[in-house]
Amino acid sequence: MRGLPGLIHHPGNRREELAMLSDILVYGLMNGAVYAMLAIGFSLIFGAARIINLAHTAFFMLAAYAIFYFGSELAINPFIAIPLSIILVVLVGVVVYYVFMEPIREHETAVLIVTVAVALVFQELILIIFGGHYRGVSSIVAGYISPYGIRISYQYLLTLGVVSLSLFIVWLILMKTRLGIAIRSSAQDREIANLMGMNVAKIAAATMAISVGLAAVAGVMVAPLYTLEPHMWLNPLVLVLAIVILGGLGSIKGSFIGALILAFIEVTVVFLIPGGAFLKVAIALAIMLTILIIRPEGLFGVYMEGER
Amino acid sequence: MAVIRMAFRYVRNEIFVLPTRVIAVLFVILLILLPLLTQDMYILRILAIAAIFSIYAASWDLLSGFVGQVSFGHALFFGVAAYTTALLNLRLGLSPVITIPLGAFAAVLVGLLVGIPCLRLKGPYLGLATLAFPIMLMGIIFVFPGFFGGELGISGITRLASSRLTEYYIAVVCMLVLCFIMWKITDSKIGIIFHAIREDEIAVRASGINTIKYKLLAFCLSGFFAGLAGGLYTHFLRIAGPSMLAVLMSFQAIIWAIFGGIVTIYGAVVGVFILYPTLEILRATAEYRMLIFALIVLLVLRVMPQGITTFTRDKLERECPRCKVRNTVTRKNCRVCSSDMR
Repeated sequence: MRGLPGLIHHPGNRREELAMLSDILVYGLMNGAVYAMLAIGFSLIFGAARIINLAHTAFFMLAAYAIFYFGSELAINPFIAIPLSIILVVLVGVVVYYVFMEPIREHETAVLIVTVAVALVFQELILIIFGGHYRGVSSIVAGYISPYGIRISYQYLLTLGVVSLSLFIVWLILMKTRLGIAIRSSAQDREIANLMGMNVAKIAAATMAISVGLAAVAGVMVAPLYTLEPHMWLNPLVLVLAIVILGGLGSIKGSFIGALILAFIEVTVVFLIPGGAFLKVAIALAIMLTILIIRPEGLFGVYMEGER
Repeated sequence: MAVIRMAFRYVRNEIFVLPTRVIAVLFVILLILLPLLTQDMYILRILAIAAIFSIYAASWDLLSGFVGQVSFGHALFFGVAAYTTALLNLRLGLSPVITIPLGAFAAVLVGLLVGIPCLRLKGPYLGLATLAFPIMLMGIIFVFPGFFGGELGISGITRLASSRLTEYYIAVVCMLVLCFIMWKITDSKIGIIFHAIREDEIAVRASGINTIKYKLLAFCLSGFFAGLAGGLYTHFLRIAGPSMLAVLMSFQAIIWAIFGGIVTIYGAVVGVFILYPTLEILRATAEYRMLIFALIVLLVLRVMPQGITTFTRDKLERECPRCKVRNTVTRKNCRVCSSDMR
């Protein structure tokens, strides 16, 4: 993809400028919401179990392919197919956690490689089952609205709604329930949480379920908007890592704001700079690095000088 | 005569006493004598590439295993050296003897450039920030396809040597020498400081050691060795492409080193010499290749999370509780201080 033809900047053409501005807004908000879902999930599991889960976006891909299989191949009603896909992916996530991560959690580097290997397994399984072709999923809801001449499809609105709703639910869980308090306390200090009688392994598994669940919801919702292919986990992964670092590791608020910042930067670069498709990730990362050099703990991270 | 007797005694007392040392010596001898057994081009090629990647993986271990500055963007050094080497060779027509060290020098400069802003970062922040650099460089390479060759990369580079056998020996000897140097570095006073920085940086600083200097030194050293590997690889394959900067290239170094066992240097070599040929053998299974590869990594790490060399070493040898010298598990008394091993 070399830029987007027809969307190249032509100064003086007010109509096109407006269209582009609205496109930036819509795509930026959309990508921001998806990245926020992914980044918050990533942040949660890092906080609660100190696992850098590089397979996180692979679960996102798995969910997208699950909805492709159930919704498009088997033609199951979306209202059954969506929950089915999400539950399936969450189950896979928890099983992976219990079988491969929990027993070797002491060896942090090994866990890191295990997550890469898990992602590769998913990628290869999808490649074998579905092939390397680009796949599309039909929208759950068709049609679009056009306020002020801006075209917004219902799928975008639905996605935004679902993303906001699930983020709200996660916030409720984290802030108002016993599980949420346990997750937050084990994120602050695992050992002390354990001494207070919490089963940190179980908390980590629950966090893994929530984290993978968020990725799955994102995957299911954006499947109709993205092109599915077995390598689709790599690019979002890089961005999610950048977002999480930008916002501050383990900070939910930071992940959310970081996601919006990087999504808008990415979309703006694609629309405004010729050849931006090649540079979008590079520029997003350069901005992340700049912020990181000024604030080594990220925007909302807590930096503990003496943390061991 | 006396020299021979001394050498014999050294071999008997220092090498034959420990199974892992015997394995290491056998491995080196086998690598050097292999062309006597087979002159198969394909086998020599695989082993030469494995040797080059060993340098690369060991350089990751030097920076991330020893100093604890976990880098997710090690392909940066590899790729910068590869492109520098390729451009110098193609545009200026310099020979590999000059281009490879210059490429490594470029990687050292890049190591400094990356190291300075990263000094303030720690742990996962550092790792994920370093991930960004090769991706940014890749963006630049795609923007100037005329100079950097874009997606296809730069091809038409001089061969490392005229025959495959010579190339094999260059790769293997470079690997043995460079890995030995890296191992000696980690065994020296600098190496002890590297260890200490990983374990407790504040304590090291409190002991009056300039940790910034040593961390930058680690970045430069690691960049230098990774750069040499990158240059060798470029001249061996006769192409420098954007895949050398890809995220997967960075992860490969990490997979090899961790699979073999980190904080050892030799673990990285073992990791590459097991995993790289495995991946080549798995070509026979066509589309299941990467799947089987990933499953092997997954299962091996599940059983031996500390890495394959550390796991085997701990199974074959035990540390004497009194003098901290390693002994075979079968011994009842320590071979140096003869204290009870149980």
